[in-house]
Amino acid sequence: MNDRASSGMVKAIHNESGIEVKPLYTAEDVEASGGLAMLCEPGEYPFTRGIHRLMYRKQPWTMRQYAGFGNPRETNQRFKYLIANGQTGLNVAFDLPTQIGLDSDDPLAEGEIGRVGMSIDTLRDFEVAFDGIDLNKITVSLTINGAAAILIAMYLAMAEKRGYDIRQLRGTAQNDILKEFIGRGTWIFPVQPSIRLVGDTIEYCAKVAPKYSPVSVCGYHIRESGATPAQEMAYAFCIAKAYADEVIARGLSVDEFAGRLSYNFNIFGNIFEQVAKFRAGRSLWARIMKEQYHAQEPGSMWLRMIAGGGGGGLTFEQPEVNIVRGAYYALISALSGAQTMALCSYDEAYTIPTEYSARISLRTMQLLVEEMGLTETVDPLGGSFYVETMTNQMRAKMEEVMAETDAEGGIVKLVSEGIVQSRVSAQAYRMQRDIDAGVFRKVGVNCYRNEAEEDHPVEFHPYNEDDAALQIEGLNRVRAERDAAQVKAALARVRSDAQAGRNVMPALMEAVKAYASVGEMTHELVGVFGRYREPVRF
Amino acid sequence: MNDAKRIRVLLAKPGLDGHDQGAKVVVRAMMDAGFEVIYTGLRQTPEQVARIATEEDVDVIALSSLAGSHLPFCRKLKPLLEASGLADKLWMIGGNLPAQDHAALRELGFKGIFPTGSKLDAITAYIRENVQ
Repeated sequence: MNDRASSGMVKAIHNESGIEVKPLYTAEDVEASGGLAMLCEPGEYPFTRGIHRLMYRKQPWTMRQYAGFGNPRETNQRFKYLIANGQTGLNVAFDLPTQIGLDSDDPLAEGEIGRVGMSIDTLRDFEVAFDGIDLNKITVSLTINGAAAILIAMYLAMAEKRGYDIRQLRGTAQNDILKEFIGRGTWIFPVQPSIRLVGDTIEYCAKVAPKYSPVSVCGYHIRESGATPAQEMAYAFCIAKAYADEVIARGLSVDEFAGRLSYNFNIFGNIFEQVAKFRAGRSLWARIMKEQYHAQEPGSMWLRMIAGGGGGGLTFEQPEVNIVRGAYYALISALSGAQTMALCSYDEAYTIPTEYSARISLRTMQLLVEEMGLTETVDPLGGSFYVETMTNQMRAKMEEVMAETDAEGGIVKLVSEGIVQSRVSAQAYRMQRDIDAGVFRKVGVNCYRNEAEEDHPVEFHPYNEDDAALQIEGLNRVRAERDAAQVKAALARVRSDAQAGRNVMPALMEAVKAYASVGEMTHELVGVFGRYREPVRF
Repeated sequence: MNDAKRIRVLLAKPGLDGHDQGAKVVVRAMMDAGFEVIYTGLRQTPEQVARIATEEDVDVIALSSLAGSHLPFCRKLKPLLEASGLADKLWMIGGNLPAQDHAALRELGFKGIFPTGSKLDAITAYIRENVQ
């Protein structure tokens, strides 16, 4: 039977991770790939079928569209619009100056304020942005990396000021700096102090805000940069291990923090490769935490993740077709047991999503819950000969990539030297060549093009130049009103704690509460740590 | 074009935009096409772009912009390039460039405009045809 399935009658096909895809799978393939040893009940180690026993039957995934633009007031309105339309979490987009630690009045920020996300200078902006939003009901994810320690401090301070008990506060920060060096690029400090800052946030949250997830390790952007699905997950695990090692070296036990580590993964491409990736990743991460880190708590072994439709799969051509792509990506995410879902909207290759397109993404996810039965049964593809075989093969592939990375000196070294960057970029180049040549098919791009007509225009999100002036005015107002001596003392403490190798989070909390600005705090840290210099290697 | 001299291209990432997947892909395509490519890495100011273009004596000044700040950046870059005596070089830009901005970019002197979806060979062919 096996022989007939791969009898040479058909052309060999490999998925993006490089695994051959057969025309038919049987029980023999499952056996040959390692059998069902990793397949337990959902909620049981190694969690291949899901981290919880009842999964969506108990609670559907959190719906958390990425949103933020202009000033905090405009973003607050968009947040409320999304919540009114049934969104159950917030995923905050910051503008580039905020992301790289510049104040709105920095000359380098000119033309960029509020453009790709909301502009934040001081705690006052956070107070406006989250005004009227119940932080116990709506969990907030901050997409912030280079300036993450500062923005986490700001979020905790804002919540504290509003009377929330931060020991009970939930929420997530992206705070995965190693992947920023590979793709996305909002780094500030050199590699080593950047890892130290991630360690500071994990250590601080473990002690002060134990329900807050201070890091969401992102395979997502590594995939966008050109990684295969297997590499996406393998590199993310290598990065998560680097953060874990940093914190363990400070004397924390794995179970003190690992339960709050989370992940962010990408979805586009072959449906079954994607589902297998997530199932394989869940069991591999559980095994790493149990066998290599000797975690005792099941929560420390869980691969908790946001997994959503990635921009890399969407096309500039025939943008409305992206609505359908997004629906498939959401389906994959649901079939894969993600805790949280987000979709790039159909117009996102062009612009910040309009309310209309963001709502379509939200409705896409709601359809799966309300009409399609995706929440009724856990791991519905479990037991499929194909999916189980592919899950085993994807796990083996990820282990192979992780072993190679370690053999080459580890992820921190490879990222510092620009080697991972060069590797994924070479793959992105080959992929683009294949797309240009029509070998790798993209509908509307290299086949089924609309030659006769122009693509439907999308509605562009307007950029309001006046917002920048308003934001700078607001910053100046805060600077005039705050207690200058208190700010000065707090900033001096940020610098001296950074210098002395102490955890900088308590000093940042103090500075944030004194209404020190993102740029001012970053300036102190740069004074100690210096700035990252990008290795350019082809 | 003299065979002895290879076409020299500066590919810069303007402003704070961190999307460099496309820029790096285009660098590789240009290298494969036989050009000498100077890639700046992220976060270049207009002043830096003008300075590197002058120092490296390039034939082509190319920008890759995906985060929407292409017009304010190019408005600042244009007088700097002109002041550096680089007005006769080929100015190009690629990335997320809405169609309604193309005329303004062209007016600013960016003759080669390659929005998302452009083929790599189209970019390198354009350079070959337009470098004097």
